[in-house]
Amino acid sequence: MFDEMHGQDGQIRAAFHTVRDWLAATPRAVLEAKQAEAERLFRRIGITFAVYSEGGDPERLIPFDIIPRVLGSEEWAHLERGLRQRTAALNAFLNDVYGKREILQAGKVPAALVLANPAYCQHMVGFTPPGGVFTHVAGIDVVRIGPEDFYVLEDNCRTPSGVSYMIEDREVMMRLFPDLFSRASVAPISRYPEDLLETLCSVAPERCEGAPTVALLTPGQYNSAYYEHTFLADEMGVELVEGVDLVVENEVVYKRTTQGLKRVDVLYRRVDDDYLDPEAFRPDSMLGVAGLMGAYRAGNVAIANAPGAGVADDKAIYVYVPEMIRFYLGEEPILKNVPTWDCADPDALAYVLDHLEELVVKETRGSGGSGMLVGPHASAQRRADFALKLRANPSAYIAQPTLPLSTCPTFGPEGVAGRHVDLRPFVLCGGDGIRIVPGGLTRVAMTKGSLVVNSSQGGGTKDTWVLMEPDPQSQSQSQSLSQSKSKSRPSGSQRQSQGR
Amino acid sequence: MLSRTADSMFWLARYMERMDYLARLLEAAQRMSGMGMGEDGDEWGPAIIAAGCEGPFFAHYDKADAANAVRFLAWDTENPCSIRNCLERARANARAMRTALTRDMWNAVNEAWLEARTLTAEDFSPAHLPKTLDWVKGKATLFNGAYASTMLRNDAYWFTRLGAVLERADNTARILDVKYHLLLPGYSGVGGMLDYYQWTSILQAVSAVRAYRWIYKDKVSPLNVADLLIFRTELPRSLKACYGEIVDSFTCLAAAYGGVRGECHDLADAINQKLATQDIAAVFAGGLHEFLTQMIEDTADLGDAVARFYLR
Repeated sequence: MFDEMHGQDGQIRAAFHTVRDWLAATPRAVLEAKQAEAERLFRRIGITFAVYSEGGDPERLIPFDIIPRVLGSEEWAHLERGLRQRTAALNAFLNDVYGKREILQAGKVPAALVLANPAYCQHMVGFTPPGGVFTHVAGIDVVRIGPEDFYVLEDNCRTPSGVSYMIEDREVMMRLFPDLFSRASVAPISRYPEDLLETLCSVAPERCEGAPTVALLTPGQYNSAYYEHTFLADEMGVELVEGVDLVVENEVVYKRTTQGLKRVDVLYRRVDDDYLDPEAFRPDSMLGVAGLMGAYRAGNVAIANAPGAGVADDKAIYVYVPEMIRFYLGEEPILKNVPTWDCADPDALAYVLDHLEELVVKETRGSGGSGMLVGPHASAQRRADFALKLRANPSAYIAQPTLPLSTCPTFGPEGVAGRHVDLRPFVLCGGDGIRIVPGGLTRVAMTKGSLVVNSSQGGGTKDTWVLMEPDPQSQSQSQSLSQSKSKSRPSGSQRQSQGR
Repeated sequence: MLSRTADSMFWLARYMERMDYLARLLEAAQRMSGMGMGEDGDEWGPAIIAAGCEGPFFAHYDKADAANAVRFLAWDTENPCSIRNCLERARANARAMRTALTRDMWNAVNEAWLEARTLTAEDFSPAHLPKTLDWVKGKATLFNGAYASTMLRNDAYWFTRLGAVLERADNTARILDVKYHLLLPGYSGVGGMLDYYQWTSILQAVSAVRAYRWIYKDKVSPLNVADLLIFRTELPRSLKACYGEIVDSFTCLAAAYGGVRGECHDLADAINQKLATQDIAAVFAGGLHEFLTQMIEDTADLGDAVARFYLR
């Protein structure tokens, strides 16, 4: 098992030196107080995760761990190259399967798997979205099992969430431990909202004149990610709209304002495909906008992410992503795929049933860690029950080896101890290129030994640091700056005060 | 801005103002109930009427005694206009348009809501009620300060202010009308001690006892209390002061939107004009209750006109 601070040989890894020194110098009582303060800050900001189906507190906090996870600049550079490559291939794949279907004709990906996939959107066939981009915001879930061993666990090409936690985790850490940041040179991440807005503007329809009007479409305040929707709209300075705020007239999308109807050019939607347009998809949807797909196909609005992008992140399609990279880019994949058994294949099914106690089995359409079997941690009874479900509907499942996810020091009731983590970096694809802020959202399983990091299953988050290259020149510059500062005298004029 | 956002700003401010009013009303009613008036066990009837919810109240309770009235006005989830529900709705509106709120406004509403979740029946017992009502008023004041000092002066601000002053005008008319309902059953002579304390309680409820003394330099009289609450622009809760702000908010909105005016602008001007051309003697001659009833109806019509023109 690989611990990111202690390494495999117990030697503290270079990136973690600052954190190690800080932990050594900080008494447990201080950590406890800071942990409590962090929780107060999150409550105050209102950054909660709503799980309405659970009962109890409908606005609970996702646990936050105050010990940062640190990635060295070289580790990150490697990851970033891999993420760019993978996202480029996913977009090329989406353009292809809704266009010429070359990868299917070449027999690299089974046609039935794509064309009969529920996420394959018939309305997109033969249509090229503005800028040729399908997945504008991709969340690529990465796990690590060794110093050099990064695996992509899954791709999220539809409406990945969590980026607000990435940003707010950093904000809270900077408030709690300003000293710590002065000792480590951590790459900033606060430009994400700006990058996102630039990405969205870069895919504005060609017909749009002047600065495009962007809006964020949310399902509303009962959605579990509603806080994130408000946060991003606010940070980008765009309107947060619900379906009822929009109307389509003559294939143009408008928002209803206090000054009448106003045109919308780019819609960053956080509503699922099925609910986007009751005329095109589910007729009972109250969250969407009637006629939206018509306006989209007429080239009058851009939708991010594009409808139908989900066909690229299906767990059964996942197996073929390395093949996509070779096919479209002519490169070898930089980030590895986890070996995966597709249970639809009888041989694979037989293997999976024989090895349930060492595998993780997932539903191909599942998300958020629900309906998942972690073989080594499940009881014999649960494995037997699961085997029945698996036999009844094998094509609904895939299986992967149980990876020994890396651990990071995490503060809990027993003090500081290693807990398993994963990483979700957010990759932005615009008509003008790919943008990635360094790092991503680190999710951590808060209980000892647990491998399930999903927030809906009690997982927490921690701040993710990417260290900047040590740059001797900039260091000497900042030193001379502070010197000249200390020489200067306060020069403000005196404040007036009450005369008597 | 989005019509839905404007609607949420408008109602956020209205519900916060209404919450404040209910706390003041409960305070006044608690003082008055100590003076032994009204039908036995029904002393809180006027407060229920002044809150504008006798319909839902008597659908749930037989008697307007202290226990029932306090529970209903303060904490009952069955009452759409209880303090608790006002806060609940205010926060739902705030949450629905977090992006239009400044962080201070959000904190004021959200922290009130978080703290309110820890309140228990004990906090509404007669012994603890005054302290709890002070807490409510404090939260409303915090919100008012937050929006007044942190919002940009644009349409979002004018809708917020419009909601607050429209609600305040409505509430002032209602609390002044309490006196009319008090007189009906247990009437014991104008000019008596009881009468004096009832009028004083109304002044206390709107934090205007000192303002009264400052302006009139005289003992509390019905004519002057009504004059203060209706016509004196020095008092920010008077109908005339509220309508001055309402007209001002409409003017700013029209200016922000290229001079476009609608029915709501004309209606506000008409009500404002009526207040400008009347005085308290004329109001008493025509009947205070009749005047206030008309005012409450006009204000409701104005609210509908705002919704038709801007919020849908």
